[in-house]
Formats: sequence, C-alpha cells, structure tokens
Amino acid sequence: MSGTGGREAILGSIRRSLGRGPLDETARAALDEKLAKPAPNIVPARTDISQDERIALFTSMAESVFATVERVSGAHAVPGAVADYLAGQNLPPSLVMAPDPALDDYPWADRPMLAIRRGAAEEADRVGVTGALMGFAETGTLMMASGPDHPSTLNFLPETHVVVLPAERIGGAYEEGWAKLRADGEGATGAGFMPRTVNLVTGPSRTADIEQTITLGAHGPRRLHIVIVDGDAP
Amino acid sequence: MPATRRRVGLFVTCLVDLFRPTVGFAAAALLERAGCEVAVPAAQVCCGQPAYNSGDRADTEAIARDVIALFEPFDATVAPSGSCAGMIKCHYPALFAGDSEWEPRAQRLAERTFELVSFLVDECGVDAVEARHRGKVTYHDSCSSLREMGVRAQPRRLLGSIDGLELAELSAPDVCCGFGGTFCVKYPDISGRMVADKAKDIAATGADTVLAGDMGCLLNIAGRLSREGSRVKARHVAEVLAGMDDRPAIGEPARGR
Amino acid sequence: METTSRAFVANAREGLQDADLQRSLARFQGGFQVKRVEAAKRLPEFEALRDQARAIKDHTLAHLDHYLERFEEQVTAAGGSVHWCQTPADARRVILSLCQDAGARTVTKSKSMIAEEMELNPFLEEHGIEPVETDLGEYVVQLADERPSHIIAPAVHKTKDQVADLFHEKHTPLGRTRRLDRVEELVEEAREVLRPRYLAADAGITGANFLIAETGSSAVVTNEGNADLTQILPRVHIVIATLEKVVPTLEDATTIMRVLARSATGQEFSTYTTVSTGPRRPGDADGPDAYHVVLLDNGRSRMLGSEFRDVLRCIKCGACMNHCPVYGTVGGHAYGWVYPGPVGAVLTPNLIGLEEARHLPNASSFCGRCEEVCPMRIPLPGLMRKLREQEFARRLSPAAVRNGIGAWAWLVRRPALYRLATGVGMRVLGILGRRRGRFTRLPLAGGWTAARDLPAPEGATFHALWRKGRRA
Repeated sequence: MSGTGGREAILGSIRRSLGRGPLDETARAALDEKLAKPAPNIVPARTDISQDERIALFTSMAESVFATVERVSGAHAVPGAVADYLAGQNLPPSLVMAPDPALDDYPWADRPMLAIRRGAAEEADRVGVTGALMGFAETGTLMMASGPDHPSTLNFLPETHVVVLPAERIGGAYEEGWAKLRADGEGATGAGFMPRTVNLVTGPSRTADIEQTITLGAHGPRRLHIVIVDGDAP
Repeated sequence: MPATRRRVGLFVTCLVDLFRPTVGFAAAALLERAGCEVAVPAAQVCCGQPAYNSGDRADTEAIARDVIALFEPFDATVAPSGSCAGMIKCHYPALFAGDSEWEPRAQRLAERTFELVSFLVDECGVDAVEARHRGKVTYHDSCSSLREMGVRAQPRRLLGSIDGLELAELSAPDVCCGFGGTFCVKYPDISGRMVADKAKDIAATGADTVLAGDMGCLLNIAGRLSREGSRVKARHVAEVLAGMDDRPAIGEPARGR
Repeated sequence: METTSRAFVANAREGLQDADLQRSLARFQGGFQVKRVEAAKRLPEFEALRDQARAIKDHTLAHLDHYLERFEEQVTAAGGSVHWCQTPADARRVILSLCQDAGARTVTKSKSMIAEEMELNPFLEEHGIEPVETDLGEYVVQLADERPSHIIAPAVHKTKDQVADLFHEKHTPLGRTRRLDRVEELVEEAREVLRPRYLAADAGITGANFLIAETGSSAVVTNEGNADLTQILPRVHIVIATLEKVVPTLEDATTIMRVLARSATGQEFSTYTTVSTGPRRPGDADGPDAYHVVLLDNGRSRMLGSEFRDVLRCIKCGACMNHCPVYGTVGGHAYGWVYPGPVGAVLTPNLIGLEEARHLPNASSFCGRCEEVCPMRIPLPGLMRKLREQEFARRLSPAAVRNGIGAWAWLVRRPALYRLATGVGMRVLGILGRRRGRFTRLPLAGGWTAARDLPAPEGATFHALWRKGRRA
C-alpha cells in the first residue's frame, strides 16, 4: 500500500536536487562504513571525572529536575529503602515490579508488608519498580530498554516510579549507553541490538504548557525516586 | 598607535549626512585625535541597504560597486554606524560571490571596513577620551553593531572613561528597537510596539540620555520618546565621546530660536 | 491547512490589541531567553556542538537519498514499514488506511507539526476516527478549535484563566462548579481526562525528532511523557516525519539532542527521549504490534536543490520564535499557517507559495537574533532576504515599493544630483522643524509618524558643511 511510486519519485527528486544520480558503490561503501562503525562526536568534558564524582554529579543533576535520590549500602538495604520511601509518601505498600532477574537478588521477603506483583503495568497500578541499564552523570538521566524483563509501561503508567540502580551502572555520557547496547547485542545482525523501546528518562513527567509554570505529573509519573545501590549489589 | 598615520576614508552614511551632520564631525574629530588622517570622498551616498533589504539585487550591486571603487584606496573605511559598516563588511563579498573582478575587491574592502567606536578601541588602541558629561546615560546596542560588527564592550569602555558620566544599562540592550530600515514604515504597528517597548526600558533606567551607535535606531528612538513627551535625550555615542554634546539632542528644538 | 498568511497585517494588529496575548508573550519570551543563556553557559562545548550539529545535518542532506534508503532497510529488518508520501494528501490516505486496517475508532496523537501541515485531524474526523491530542498545550488548542501558536508551546497564547474556562465548558461530565484556579488543578484535570483516552486508543500517532539510519529507529522528545503513552499502549504505532529528520547514527542524534533542549527551553535535557525500533518483540509484555513510518516530502526534496537548503537543518526547537521581537509582539497566529516566527517566515513561502506568504519574510527588522540563537546556525535573515529578492524579481512586491526603490537608487548613483536634491530638502525640513525639533506628521511619511515623531534634521547636510570647510 505504500506505493513504490512515491518512493522512487521522492528519491528521484532528491537526486535531481543534489544534481546527481544514485551514489556509486564506492561512495555508498564509504557512507556505510560510518554507519557500521559509529563513533562519538564531541562529548562534553563534564563527565571526565572519577566514579565517585560521577555518582555525585548524577545525583545533583537528577535532583535538579525534581527526581529524588537515595543512596544505600548493599543489596539487603534495598527493600527497606523502597518500603520506607512509599511510607514517607503516604503511598500504599503495593507495587508492580519489572520481571527483571536482577531485581530478584534483593531480599524483598524481608519486608513482608510489601505486596509485589511482577509484570507490565496496568491502569490501577500506583507504584512501579524497575531497574535501569545505566545512569548518565551528564544530566542525571536513566536509560531503560524494553524487553521481557522490563515492560515499558512500568516507566509511564504508575504515578510513582522507583528505579533501583547499582552504583556501578552510573556512567558519564549518553554515548556509553549506545556502546553498551551494541555490546550487549553483539552477534545480532544489522541494528538487531536495538530493543523495541529505549527510554532516556530525566526526572518525572512535567509540563510548562500553561503560563510556563512547571508542573509535575503531566501524563507520566509524578514522582521519580532513584535508589542507588553501593557494594554487593547484584 | 601605528607608526605611520593611517589614511581613513570616512563613510558618513546617508542618515548622518541628512539628519545629523554633527555625528560626522564628531567621528572625524575622534579619528583625528586617534592619529588618523581623515578623508571624506565627495561622491559617497549610501551603502545600498534600502535596495538590498527590499530584494532589489541589481541596484544594490550597482551601488556597491560605486562604494567599493570610491573607498578602496584607503587604509581603512570607517562608518559611525554598525549597520552601514556591516553592509560593506558582511554583505558586499557575498553580493559578488563568484565574480572574478568584484569579489576580491569587495573582500579587500570588507577586511578594511570598521564601525567607528570599535575601530578607535580595537585598531587605534584608544582606551579613554578627553570629554566630560554630567548625568546618567543608557546605551542601546544596535543589532548590526552587536551581531555583525562585534561592538559591545568598546563603547562602554570609552564611555566609562568620561568624567561625570554614569552608565545605567537597559534591561534588554540587545533587543531590536524596531527600526529595521524600510521595516519601520512597512509594518508601523509592529515597529511602533517595538520602539514603545524600548522607550519603556529606557525610562526604567532613570537615564537622562540614551546613546547608540546608529542613526537609524536613534531617529526611531528619539521620535518615539518625543511622541511620548519624554524628556530623555537621544544622541549618537560619538557626540558624547567627542565632547560635542553641547548642541540640541536629536529631535530637540534649536536653541534661542 | 487553511492559511491566513495573506492577512498578516490585519492578524498582527489583532495580536497587538489582545492584552492577554501580550502578557503571555512577554512572560514566555523573557523566561525562555534567560534559561537558554544559562544552559549554554553551563556547557562549555555548546558552541562547538552547534557547529558539529550543523555539519551532521549538512552531511546528511548531501546524502539524503542514501540515508533514507538505509533507514528504510533497517525499519523493515526490525519488522516495521516505511511509507513514502509525496504530498499531504498521500500521507493522509496512508494514515487513514493504516488506522482503518487496525479497526481504529480513536487515535491518540503526540504533537507533530506535519500533522498540522497535512490537516490530519479534520481528515480523520471526516472518516469517523476521533483523534485525541495528548500534549497538554496541543490538547488545549484542540479543545478550543484553534491552531498552535508556537511549535513547542502550542498554547502559549492562552492564559490559565482561559484554559480554566475552556475546561469548564468542554469537560461537561465534571460539572461546572469545581475550582480550576491553579495551573496544578488544570494539569491534574487534563491528566484525569486523557488517561482513559490513552488506554482506549487503537492507534497512536507520534511525530519524530530524529530518524536514525543506522538502526531504523525513530526518536521523539517530550517532557510530559505523552508520546510514550501514545506509542506503547495502542496496537499500532504510526510515526509521521519529513525526509530531513534522518541522521546517520545514534551518536549523531545524540549530538543534536545536546543542543535541542538547551536551545528550546533551556533544559539540560528533555525529560523523555524515546528511541523506538520496530514493533514489540517476542516475549515483550507491552508495546505496539505494528510500527509504521510515514515519510512525508511535501516540498522538502525540491527545497534541497534550492537556495533554501539550509532551512532543512531546522530541528523545530522554537528558539528563533522565543527570541524574535516581531513574534514577541504579534504572536504565532499572525503568521497564518503552521510555522510561525523566523523559521516560519522562510518555510511558509517555500511550502505554500510566496504569493500567499509574501509578508512573512518582509515583516522582519533583520535584527539577527534568530540566527544568533539557532542551534543549527540557519542564516534565517539571509534566507528571508533571498525571498524578498524573489518577490522583487517576480514583481510580487507592491509597485509603489519597487518604483520608489528604483527612483531612489537612480538618484543615489548620481551624487551631484542627490546632493542638490537632498540639500534643498533638508534645508527646508530643517527650517520647518527648527522651532519644535520634530514633526508629528509629514506628507508621505505616515508609516513613520503613525508611531513616532520624525526628528527634524539639523539643516545643512554634512557634505555641504564639510566642503565649506566648516569643522563642527
């Protein structure tokens, strides 16, 4: 139904405007080489710092866009941190959690009051808990990739999103995220390394569409709480 | 200061020629005090901007050729206007792009064309002037001076050297006053609002005088201040720098009629 | 889309007289300008990134056919499809049939300027499909049956009281007595009203900030998260984008992202940047079953070969309108079509014809702020001037203007005659204006004296005095 007529007409019109026919093999090969080996362009120097400083920068950047950040020591402290956060926000201790095996390593049973369902988010879910592939100190940004272990709805439907992030997953610039996706997907053909959805998330949902007044919780989460886990994290 | 006296061709600009000769004399005086030899080619008229900005390319090029031929003998061409200097410096070479005769000539002239105040400071090394001015002034950056000619610090530096002068900055010194050449007569409603906003900003500084480096802006601003019955005076910055601010300001009645 | 660009002067006057609009414009421009400067200051590489962003787009445009073909290959490999559409009508038909194939009754939409270009909403409605705008500003504009007045802040022309009245009027099931005094209350109500619409939608239409040739992905940037709920909940995700949105790699998109939000709103990074590749994968618990990219040309391939190619670098950040003093006095609706402000003054005549939109490139003082802040360094005033040259050459400008400029140029090129004429003229004006120093009215100068006086000349011209040897 996508008439090939349109395709050929558009490509022809582009080439007429560029004053040439289709590129020859050599030219195409040169361009494809660049696509096959993508390289970072200018990367801001602000993340050329130690890991401790990156964690501090990540934290201050995330907080500057209204995320809340808590740093805990050891996997054992995670369930308590989540439970206490929910209590502190007057939220019920009931949550939907990504079916991410990495999250299984936290001793959730230590907090039996937490009612946990694993899976994608549904309309009634008020709290979602997920991991994240990486955090970027550059702007306090989280990178989350969709997949069986991380349904994307968890990042958007519940009004509170809690992200558990091992400290060593905090990197510097976004480019490190693309490199990680390529490395994780090694062996995939072409662009097969890309998950269906990659979300770069920087703070909770916000809008300034009415009188430029920044208001949180426009459509996505009202709250984004990040638990950074040091030490023996999974 | 250069070892040999620099021969400067003064590009007077049509608005200074017609409305405010004082600015031309002030410019000549400032250049001479900075050690330049000043010439005023008699056949000069206009840089061609009205035609250029109206899309009349042929007339613009004809006018530009006249200007190039007239000013290329000088070591430097200086205008008391960022707009006219910007036309020569930033736009003439592009007008003749690909023209084997005129592009290099336009390029050579462009390289040696300057706005007055930045020329004094950056090229002649002037960092103070011998002038006095009692009162509080504010300074409007003309768009071309600021964005095409890089004029911002230089006038402030020289004004800062004037005994008795206090500079109060506008809240938005870099916002257009609404002149824009033919724009102001083609879209008077919009231009009128822009200059009214500028007048408000000027009033808020509490200054008694507004200075700028372009006669277009100054006629517009002075005209608006006068329409509003404001007592704030408008002058070209060169008048104050040259100590010629004893005569009526722009749009003020002649004294002792 | 229907255009009122011809009526720019009347539209502008209306805008100037609208006190609410004037307050809105002043507030929003001031805020965005300060935030952009601060964001740029915090990033030492900002100017170098602008240069690189420009180079990336220039390279892509010079090889646009190749990158679009690679993009299509990767989309297909990921299980999606690309639909090439030359005209808005082609694109509308494709989108309608995709929606009909999905049995869609309602579709959610995240903000897309080209949906405005193709008048998609009325078209879908005519065919029994209800489009629901989800960007808060765009939703307000849709409820009010208006048009966006800014490309990233569609409802910037509305005050919160106007939005409150609109919600009271249109959200009838909620009654009329609830309080909507605060912005938070308005945002909350929109959230409550829109949430079930997201969940019920059969298809989701998003725009795209980038198409990535390397991976066949589309990327979309929002602060609200509306583009995400729009694309992950319904069964079908339709991306609509123009040709020039493509960039080679994820890294290239990243470089441009670094200048996008900083230039637009002064944010370090927008809240949500989402890169989507194909439909949901085996084992995924959510995501759309189908992924379509509708690629619209609508004049872009032609502009590529014209002197307006530079404007195809535009990333629709809105910085030019945030800084334009003309936009700041008349508002976005005055421009009369989809794209307001400086970039609209270049795009609109190119897309709907100079005859329709000749005012737009003329209504600029050439102050140069737009070019100064454009992250992609598009020489907007220069491009507006080229449009004026076309207008002059095609004799579209008023005869009075053309003749006036011609006569003036004729005189300018004859200095002796010019001196004679102006010498007499200025002497007369000088004498007439001597007592008051100014003219409040003058024949043939109505445009000038409508808003300001004309200062009287000093009398003799500079050249006359200089030749006489009078030195000040």
